[in-house]
Amino acid sequence: MGTCRVSVVFWQILVDGFAVSSLYALGAMGFALIFGVSGVLNLSHGALMVVAVVAAWAAGNDLHDDPYTGALIGIGAGFVATMITYFVIVGPLQRTQKIREEEKEIFILTGTLLWGIMIQEFIAYLYTNNAKTVAPIVNGVMSIVGVRTPKNELFTAIVCWLVIGGLWLLVNRTRAGKAVLAASMNPRGVTLLGIELSRIYIAIWAIYGLLVGVAGVLLGMFLGVSSYSVGPLTASAFSIVVLGGLGSVSGALIAAYVVGYLETITAYLISPAYRTIPALLLLIVVMYLRPRGFLGRR
Amino acid sequence: MRESKTRAPIFAGLLASAAFIALSAPGYAEDTFKIGVIAEVQAVAGSSIPQAAQLAADEINAAGGVNGKKIEIVTYDNHSSAAESVRAFQRAVNEDHVNAVIASYISEVVLALEPWAGRLKTVMITPGAASDVITQNIAKDYDNLKYTFHGYLTSTSLADSTCAAAKDLLVGQLHMKSAVVMSEDAAWTTPLDTEYLKCLPNAGLNILDHIRFSPDTTDFTPIFNKIEGEKPDVMITGISHVGVQPTVQWKQQEVPIPMLGISSQATNSSFWNDTNGATEGVLYQAVSGPDVAVTPKTLPFVKAFKAKFGNFPSYCGYTSYDEVYYLADAFKRAGSGDSDKLVTALEATDYVGTIGRIQFKAKGDPNPHALKVGPDTITGLMLQWQDGKQTNLWPAKVANGKLKFPKFIKVGAAN
Repeated sequence: MGTCRVSVVFWQILVDGFAVSSLYALGAMGFALIFGVSGVLNLSHGALMVVAVVAAWAAGNDLHDDPYTGALIGIGAGFVATMITYFVIVGPLQRTQKIREEEKEIFILTGTLLWGIMIQEFIAYLYTNNAKTVAPIVNGVMSIVGVRTPKNELFTAIVCWLVIGGLWLLVNRTRAGKAVLAASMNPRGVTLLGIELSRIYIAIWAIYGLLVGVAGVLLGMFLGVSSYSVGPLTASAFSIVVLGGLGSVSGALIAAYVVGYLETITAYLISPAYRTIPALLLLIVVMYLRPRGFLGRR
Repeated sequence: MRESKTRAPIFAGLLASAAFIALSAPGYAEDTFKIGVIAEVQAVAGSSIPQAAQLAADEINAAGGVNGKKIEIVTYDNHSSAAESVRAFQRAVNEDHVNAVIASYISEVVLALEPWAGRLKTVMITPGAASDVITQNIAKDYDNLKYTFHGYLTSTSLADSTCAAAKDLLVGQLHMKSAVVMSEDAAWTTPLDTEYLKCLPNAGLNILDHIRFSPDTTDFTPIFNKIEGEKPDVMITGISHVGVQPTVQWKQQEVPIPMLGISSQATNSSFWNDTNGATEGVLYQAVSGPDVAVTPKTLPFVKAFKAKFGNFPSYCGYTSYDEVYYLADAFKRAGSGDSDKLVTALEATDYVGTIGRIQFKAKGDPNPHALKVGPDTITGLMLQWQDGKQTNLWPAKVANGKLKFPKFIKVGAAN
């Protein structure tokens, strides 16, 4: 009986941790990509994900759309909000002559942080700060190695991996993707090759917008968010990216699984109340011993 | 010469401001009774507080006011923050000269305001906070803290009401034997859980585990899996800051154990939409429900509220509405807005409102200024979400439905 219970918990951790980690990976990937290529730390990241969730929720409840249309509207809203962030907040700050180059980073940090707070307050004003969830596309449960798992959890993991795989193909197998990769390694070199850097920026923000939309809608179906989630979601992506190595997309992927499983193990074996603490301790340890993170280049 | 030139305008300014203060201070130009409302306007539960207060004030004013004076509501959004609430309270008293304040549904906020009600000698009533500590503080320092009144049930009373309903519904009708207590870690749940651990066994439910989790929790899978492993007949909840997420995940994971207890967000009529219907079958304690005629005043209030604001009131909408009425009654009996006279008048309150008969426990009780509960005053209800509607199941004399669970719930299968 004892060993039986132990093995049940083991499989529960393995199955649940996988879904949560996949979602973390997808959420953090776009954040890592933007930093890797353009050096922008987008502190409105969490707000953009919440926009996608609330839009998908509102489409289902206010417009009575079916779950597929709702999900598409959510992804579209996340995409539009991300492009607005680039064209209204980040782009003008990158191009302006009025701010010295070395100070731009801090202006972009502050600008995106304030933008995130504005979105948060706006959502709370329109739809209250109570949590919202998106109606899942697949319902019901199934048994995976004896663990009763919602089909939606499996769906989440599959979609995350399809999108991550698609991103990998795009970056490594297409010409445009290789230009993006090159830009992340050496922005000046890319301009010397005659590729317009600003066009690369628009392209990666568009990719980021889609990632944010998909990750947001999946998060809304799986766990749900409120306007309060804006800060924690940004913080979670930020710490995963720092742990993985700033700017390294594959580092972020590994870090997402480390954090996801560490949290799940803590929740199951110690207490759900301490869920996030070990991952934060790990972050501090890594900062001391290996400040560039798992796979960081700088 | 030079001195008098500079002094004269300062002196005149001082005089003018003194005159201004004198004119605007209560007791001089008192043609209205002002009630400040400090609330979580952005939260579903909190948004009903100022709305219901305004509705009550409009009704009282339309009927001629109090002693010929109108009731005026001044609203402050506290953004669910204790610090902002304290600033709002100071502004309400010092600048807007309110005669009394109705404040917040969050215990932490009310506990932060309680000493300020004492320092600024201004009556404060909470329509929705629950912590017993609010009234325990009054017992310890009555002379300074007597200005605070608890217009909603204490956590201990909430637990007792839940246990009484559990005894009739779960033990009596479904022959359940065991429970796991599952509460968020917050000020209001400490006394709630203490009482649950006492009253559930007395009701016939053996407690297998007691789980407290962070109000920041987003993934409830580990909690549900742990509880399921312990095979209880029911989960007894104490949740308010969280609500949508555990409910949705309970349904998604098809956790075969019913949930019953305090689930504040489930009292909101919008909870069905917020959870996309996942709340089907959830049982929650409340002092009111949209279709429950607790007193003759309940349904007319719900109808008027719905007509004016387009949605049903949250649980603290009912209490906030009642509070304006019994404050008006106390203003009338006190003859003025003087705080000490108002305290004495409020202590003598005997008013039938929308949630029952309102009477406060007296000085000398361990919880002075808490609402009296019982068959003659307030009993509480136990409602269940059924097909998009909040259906009352308990007590039997005001019930309008029977227990009903979604398919994935296996009642009576465990043990």
